[in-house]
Amino acid sequence: MTGAAWATLVALGAFHGLNPAMGWLFAVARGLQERSRAALLGSLPPVALGHLASVAVVAALVSATRSVTASTVVTVVGGLLLVGFGLWRLLSARHFRWAGMRLSAAQLAGWSFLMSSAHGAGLMLLPVLLTDPVGDAGGHVGHPAGGSAGALVGDAAVGALPGLAAAGVHTVAMFGTALLVAVLVYEVLGVGVLRRAWFNVDRLWAGVLVAAGLVTLLRA
Amino acid sequence: MTRWTPDPTFYPSPGQAATAPPEKLAYVAAFDRSARRPDAIVVLDTDPDSPDYGRVVGWTDLPHTGDELHHFGWNACSSALCPTAPHPHVERRYLIVPGLRSSRVHVFDTQPDPRRPRLTKVIEADELADRAGYSRPHTVHCGPDGIYLSALGGADGRDGPGGIAVLDHTTFDVRGRWEADRGPQHLAYDFWWHLNHDVLVTSEWGTPSMIEDGIVGELLLGRRYGHALHFWDLATRRHVQRVDLGDQYQMPLELRPAHDPTRTYGFVGVVVSVEDLSASVWLWHREVGGDGWAVTRVIDIPAEPADPADLPDLLKPFGAVPPLVTDIDLSVDDRFLYVSCWGTGELRQYDVSDPFHPVLTGSVRLGGIVARTAHPAAPDEPLAGGPQMVEVSRDGRRVYVSNSLYGAWDDQFYPDGVGAWLAKLDVPTDDGGLVPDPRFFPRGEEFRGLRVHQTRLQGGDASSDSYCFP
Repeated sequence: MTGAAWATLVALGAFHGLNPAMGWLFAVARGLQERSRAALLGSLPPVALGHLASVAVVAALVSATRSVTASTVVTVVGGLLLVGFGLWRLLSARHFRWAGMRLSAAQLAGWSFLMSSAHGAGLMLLPVLLTDPVGDAGGHVGHPAGGSAGALVGDAAVGALPGLAAAGVHTVAMFGTALLVAVLVYEVLGVGVLRRAWFNVDRLWAGVLVAAGLVTLLRA
Repeated sequence: MTRWTPDPTFYPSPGQAATAPPEKLAYVAAFDRSARRPDAIVVLDTDPDSPDYGRVVGWTDLPHTGDELHHFGWNACSSALCPTAPHPHVERRYLIVPGLRSSRVHVFDTQPDPRRPRLTKVIEADELADRAGYSRPHTVHCGPDGIYLSALGGADGRDGPGGIAVLDHTTFDVRGRWEADRGPQHLAYDFWWHLNHDVLVTSEWGTPSMIEDGIVGELLLGRRYGHALHFWDLATRRHVQRVDLGDQYQMPLELRPAHDPTRTYGFVGVVVSVEDLSASVWLWHREVGGDGWAVTRVIDIPAEPADPADLPDLLKPFGAVPPLVTDIDLSVDDRFLYVSCWGTGELRQYDVSDPFHPVLTGSVRLGGIVARTAHPAAPDEPLAGGPQMVEVSRDGRRVYVSNSLYGAWDDQFYPDGVGAWLAKLDVPTDDGGLVPDPRFFPRGEEFRGLRVHQTRLQGGDASSDSYCFP
């Protein structure tokens, strides 16, 4: 993967981390509720874990599939998926539904997984993963065509590695940003800042998904 | 369409909500007791600098007759900022207006002209019955995952149980019954919650057959109206605990939990004790040293002796006027509790900084079954009805009261006519006090023969919003 690709993954991670809906606000609420910075800090790892799971599923699936199938097909399908999901997010006014504030760490990770998945967090990485040249991560490129099914599965498993690496880097960036923002809001700014600064990233995000899908399709 | 920045009327915490600008308009539910003409959403001008201050400046008729408008609420409020399912870019814009008698739920759009709400949707009684199994919709609260709507009656001719239906935030379609397990709960009335603790609380009035033709003396003396609170798990929708106040304490109605989301207490008003006709206010709180819930009676208001000749038939045998606490309201800062005594015609203000020990800090007398106290702005007009629905501005400085309780019950306690009036009281100091505003007293013909029930203030008020941040 190129330096630019890694930088993009980090930037997308920061973008997800910045979004109040993705978890830092929940961590701040728990901190304020318990009057404890430890409650805030303790909430962020499960949130990041849930985010990682959501993103990794998509990323691993994409890079594994690409390692064993014609990459143009995957790219076109991925591009169409992005455009479709982005349009749906853009046009549907429905929001993520959840009632319940008192969650265990495991439940919090589950919440984060669902929230990230509902927002298509993993799909966001598609353009980066799909434009990455196949095999440069050291997959078994040399297998003869028509290899056994076992070899194919092996290929796919190894092929998933760059996807997992991408998801990991992305999540580290997401976690770092969320941590920074959460502590800043908790210690300095106060939640009043939400009233002015909570830009509708969901709508922006949906537009970016559509654009990313179109770019991916054009480059396929 | 969603906004790019949060709706400016949403506040993360009650402390910030208390700094909100004063309301310029108020919406009032008005109904025709005779059901001959449509009920209406009436708009009042509450801007003291306006030439129309204190007057009706907007009027939107309902499409049918006989709905009996009662309580209503906003489609969205500060709970949209809650972190588990945030949706802060929706607008506080639609009024969800149930017809308590017709079981129709109306949706009014207060944009583009806030003085002219436009009807945009009617949920027919059939839809509420088919999807949720309820009728006689009552309280509306904007929840984190949908609009919650309590209902007094069952569907398909069943009297009960009453319960809660959930409406979709955007389409206002009825999504279904809220309860996964209602336990022993049968009677319904009001509900509210401690959002950050996953706790929902409900109160009890009676089923439709117990209330729609007036209060039934045998049922009351037989202690058959509601006398318990129910505590629920908001996340799993399951009944957790029933707390009985004692069956002499008939009709615990309005629930006012602390706005501070870290606190787990709230107040409920009880209409009447059948032992001495007194009224009371109770505090619910966590059991000392336990996880369960308990109640403590913190305010007692005695009945006032009266000449039976001055009393309606219902009360003649008792020779006393019951205070009838029919509504209470807690200021956004959780400092002052307002208590309506609809029978004796008094609005009381208590400092509840220490919720276990309320201190009376203000009182205003208006109307009353016997007293008929006039408003200072019209000293020659004896008033029927009394302070009933009470609403408090977010900054806690202005208190609005209207005078009708419920059609059939108005007629029993004020048989010569309850009239229609709405008064505004000012809270002059940080330490309380209550003073009627002589410039704000819409009444009688201004309401075109309709009676007035709940008031909602533009941008939110003390009983409209829930907060997830302390």
